[in-house]
Amino acid sequence: MISASNISFQYNTNSSFTFPDIQLSAGEELLILGKSGSGKTTLLNILAGLLAPQAGEVTIAGQNLYQLTGTKRDKFRGSHIGLVFQKPHILGPLTVRENLDLAQYFSGQKESSLIPKVLEELGIGEKINSQPQHLSEGEAQRVSIARAVVIRPKLILADEPTASLDDENAFKVISLLKDQARKLKAALIIVTHDQRVKDLILNHISMGGAS
Amino acid sequence: MKMLSLSLKYLKDRPLNTLLNILLLGLGLAIISVLIQIQNQFESQMTRDAKGIDLVVGAKGSPLQLILSSVYHIDFPTGNINMKEAKALARNRLVKNIIPMSLGDNYQGFRIVGTNYDYLDLYQGEFKDGDGWKLPFDVVLGAEVAKELNLNVGDTFYGSHGIGSSSHEHDHHPYKVTGVLAASGNVLDKLVLTSLESVWSTHEVEGEEHNHDQLHQEVVQRGFPDAEETKEITTVLLQYRSPMAAVQLPRFINSRTSLQAASPSFEIVRLFELMGVGVKLVTGLAYIIIGIAGLGIFIALYNSLKERKYDLAVMRAIGASKAQLFFHIVLEGLILTLVGALAGIFLGHLFLHFLVMGQEQGALGSIEAWTFLSEEIWIVGYALLVGILASAIPAWGAYHTDIAKQLTK
Repeated sequence: MISASNISFQYNTNSSFTFPDIQLSAGEELLILGKSGSGKTTLLNILAGLLAPQAGEVTIAGQNLYQLTGTKRDKFRGSHIGLVFQKPHILGPLTVRENLDLAQYFSGQKESSLIPKVLEELGIGEKINSQPQHLSEGEAQRVSIARAVVIRPKLILADEPTASLDDENAFKVISLLKDQARKLKAALIIVTHDQRVKDLILNHISMGGAS
Repeated sequence: MKMLSLSLKYLKDRPLNTLLNILLLGLGLAIISVLIQIQNQFESQMTRDAKGIDLVVGAKGSPLQLILSSVYHIDFPTGNINMKEAKALARNRLVKNIIPMSLGDNYQGFRIVGTNYDYLDLYQGEFKDGDGWKLPFDVVLGAEVAKELNLNVGDTFYGSHGIGSSSHEHDHHPYKVTGVLAASGNVLDKLVLTSLESVWSTHEVEGEEHNHDQLHQEVVQRGFPDAEETKEITTVLLQYRSPMAAVQLPRFINSRTSLQAASPSFEIVRLFELMGVGVKLVTGLAYIIIGIAGLGIFIALYNSLKERKYDLAVMRAIGASKAQLFFHIVLEGLILTLVGALAGIFLGHLFLHFLVMGQEQGALGSIEAWTFLSEEIWIVGYALLVGILASAIPAWGAYHTDIAKQLTK
């Protein structure tokens, strides 16, 4: 489903990164562990098509990501990749439903019945018409998972999804991500420095010499 | 549709700012709308009322005042002239048609005009009810007068001296309504028309015994009444027989007689020139306000862009293209200015409505507050242009949102 090979990136001449190759099939999951500064977020941006690497290839669902240009890559990302960030980044002026609706609109996904269903599965079905500012941190993070999922992505990328959550919420979020990825038969990549998550996903690689 | 509701949601998210910008833009456009309306309606009204009148002849004084009082019935008359002189003028070979008028009385603020049937023909006045005046003290009412004062054929009333509504009454003989005119959209609507003889009788009978014989004699319907030569009238409206008259007649009248001649078209142009300075000043002010409104919208969008960098980055991350973000911001500018334009046009008409209210007899009485002109579409177009200009730079900023940088901060 996703493969990344020989990727390297440098912000300036002093700091350059080389990244381990990644090969993941549909329904598989991967945890990338690394300290801050190890370049793991850079890797995630590269995998998401947000940041072009200096060298190497990223292929998602048979499509070489960086052969697509501008708008086409935006659209490809919108329809194939579900992104979950460290902070939920829910759009403030819109309700939960409208946020998810917008994600579907930009990705060309029209299955609006998916929205209440996914929210129900994530345990926040009653929040569908809430304004984002009335959600707790954990709820907001779940909404951002829902936003990644309602487009039926082939790949779910999560960047430090548990960093600002307590233990209970952190475990829940990881298991919800795993559940949803399995249901969608999507590949799941979680990038984190959170050691609590380590035992929940067996397949992991480490970066920057971290444990 | 999605993009439209998205932009609307963001505008609603900062209601005070949005309201302020709409009001500011609306105010500027309202002023322009009012100016367009007044200028347009005033000009067309003035041109319509002066149609068919080549020259106005009256007592010496301000020519503009002469025109305003005898053609538009909005200023005070310059004084009276001797009917003998007017009759002499009528015999001039350069004069095709001449209409005598006697002004100076009113009923409830509506001016009473003593004239003949030629005046009705000049404006193609048609009767809705009744017929023209036959005897002294018979009157015909303009459509607006009849409606406003609720008078019908057969009703009677006493006129007052002077042209303001608070002057003293002529309470010796009442006027009797014999006809009501259909609405014509010109100056006839606001007048009370009668014969020259009626006006003379009103003033003669003050303190004297009525000459009853005279009051039952039919009045003259065309030309001048066959009265003593000492009688006075206020003005005459005349039509030239040939273009040559336009050159010779005014000069002849102004230099050789004790009368004054003024051309309506010339005086109107002069009037608009005088008004033009004020109009320009107010227009300039309106454009400044609109400029500030545009700047306000620009600043509001620019500032909101800073707060919204995350939101824009998120939109990009979930698949929005750069062009869609650009469109999203421009759309906000367009919604703001479109609503501002509509608010401005509405405010402008509302302002006109209050301006005209209770002004039926005044100079602004002929202005219709709720008619819409095609020029007002330009106001909308102009506002949208302001919207595009004000949102272009912020939209360009949105276009270049660096997603990776924003989301991983």
